[in-house]
Amino acid sequence: MGARFLMYTLKRLGMAILTIFLVIMITFFTMHAIPSSPFSSEKAKSNATIAALEAKYGFDKPVGIQFLNYLKDVAVLDFGLSTAWVGSTVFGLIKSGFYYSAMIGLSAALIAIILGIILGAIAALTRGKWPDKIVQVVTTALVSVPSFVMATVLLLVISLQLKWLPSMGNQPGGMVLPIISLSLYPMAYITRLERSSMLDVLGQDYIRTARSKGLRRGKIIFKHALKNALSPVLTYAGPMLAYILTGSMVVENIFSVPGLGRLFVNSMLRTDYMMVMGVTIFLGILIVMMNFLTDVLYKVMDPRIDLR
Amino acid sequence: MDKPLKKNPLSLQLDPNLFQPATEEEKAQQIVTRESVSFMRDAMRRLRRNKISMACVVILVLMTLAAFVLPSFYPYTYAQQDVTAQYLAPMQYSQKELAKISQGISVFPHLMGTDSLGRDYACRVIYGTRISLLAGIVSAFIVVVIGIIYGAISGYFGGKVDMIMMRIVDVIYSLPDVLIVILLSVALKDAISASKNLFIMQVGAGLISIFIVFGLLYWVGMARQVRGQILSIKEQEYVLASKSIGASPARIIRKHMIPNCVSVIIITAAMQIPSAIFTESFLSFLGLGVSVPMPSLGSLASDARSGLVSYPYLLIWPALSIFLIVLSFNLLGNGLRDAFDPKLRS
Repeated sequence: MGARFLMYTLKRLGMAILTIFLVIMITFFTMHAIPSSPFSSEKAKSNATIAALEAKYGFDKPVGIQFLNYLKDVAVLDFGLSTAWVGSTVFGLIKSGFYYSAMIGLSAALIAIILGIILGAIAALTRGKWPDKIVQVVTTALVSVPSFVMATVLLLVISLQLKWLPSMGNQPGGMVLPIISLSLYPMAYITRLERSSMLDVLGQDYIRTARSKGLRRGKIIFKHALKNALSPVLTYAGPMLAYILTGSMVVENIFSVPGLGRLFVNSMLRTDYMMVMGVTIFLGILIVMMNFLTDVLYKVMDPRIDLR
Repeated sequence: MDKPLKKNPLSLQLDPNLFQPATEEEKAQQIVTRESVSFMRDAMRRLRRNKISMACVVILVLMTLAAFVLPSFYPYTYAQQDVTAQYLAPMQYSQKELAKISQGISVFPHLMGTDSLGRDYACRVIYGTRISLLAGIVSAFIVVVIGIIYGAISGYFGGKVDMIMMRIVDVIYSLPDVLIVILLSVALKDAISASKNLFIMQVGAGLISIFIVFGLLYWVGMARQVRGQILSIKEQEYVLASKSIGASPARIIRKHMIPNCVSVIIITAAMQIPSAIFTESFLSFLGLGVSVPMPSLGSLASDARSGLVSYPYLLIWPALSIFLIVLSFNLLGNGLRDAFDPKLRS
């Protein structure tokens, strides 16, 4: 720890900042390579109008200058003006949608982590017996279902056929189904991770030592096995965030939740390129920072990991 | 020479008894009684014994055959509309078709019914399956080719070259890949709708951007695996041994490097396929994938939402199809890992 840990953290932070810069660059130049102007779907479409609009949004300057200006703006979280939702800033729209997405996403992540760890531990402790077999079959099936299939089937069965829960996100209890459909895949994934890492730990020498000195089974499981089996699960935090963010694009559309995912899809369909760029960069920064945090936390949790 | 030669215990000369001709019994020991089993055949034997994997292989072969052969014999096409035959239930006939049947003309039944435009749904599901399989297989191929070349160069040369190449891999690895797929398909969708190339228009922006992104980003996992493998093989004693008896570098690469990388390559490629299929169907669901009227399992599921209460079977078929494909590839991937890497098995 100490100086080496600080070096490691700084190195990772530098890497994260480089990645964020790359994300911004890729986003900017991809969107600027699109041949059509964002205003070609505008109703009053005289050349003078388009030229005036382009001047207003700064699209008439050379691409290099535009990129530098964009970088400067993004640094202060100014993603420009939306072209489809006239009069709104991109960041304002992101903020309004992010509230719902964060609520659904965090709940889904919490459910996935808690249930996943419990189920994984149960499966590992009953290895080869029926609870393990059931968990194995169910999780194998769950990781083979795409988020949109899961959400649509849940919508069909639970809210349209059985009428147990509302189908729209804005009704009371309407957030339950989006949360469930987002949490099932990461839950199954965490269960499998936790099961194999728990099995790994249970085979270690120090567990045998603990057992041979007569430690209670409960204490062995909670103090030794579970604690040490958690760090591999932590590595999944970054990919899980990416899954939940992209999954929310589908799930929010299906259940009509006014979140960031739905906003993103709508801005793609309405060719609002400022929005698409803004949301991509916003989500990109979230994912990269999450990966950075996981790397550092992983090191804190398991100091045996080699610092490079 | 009747009596055995006696060796002077102080003599440094070799014992002449060691140079006697072999007896018949000794010769018999040298005969190979069982054929030597190569690594590939050993792994295939282990795979064949795994019932779940074999069931997955059968399912995938059947689905592939159905998806690529059946459309050429099928009496309907995926774009053929019939306004009089909207939303037919499975095996149901429209008024017009019933009239034909009463005249004695045989009409092929709509096995899975028809959709909102009266298109035969079975045919559309078959085409959707084809797109999904294509996305998975072509992406895996791209990943294998780029990953092997990059990883092999990096591992083989080592040193500075390796360091620079692996830093590039680290940077690419940390990019949020799904976001870049979405971004590229938004950009490509626009470019493709302007292009006049019929093939590109049919395949669609989603599929092409997936291929591009797999070519740009997803190979890094494969490259890392191959590099690690090559690095460790380079240090193995058997490579040193074959070098010491004068084997050429080409022989070492052919006989030691490649066979020892095969298992890693097969396992990584098998794991790549479901993720490509997921991504393609996800993009098509969002409307960024294949262009209409070409169906994909994702776009079929998305279209099915409009009449979900009355026509739930429009959702069931594509959902079931994609579930079966991904499940089979996942289970087969596990089976391949067990068969090709027995050391990993706990």
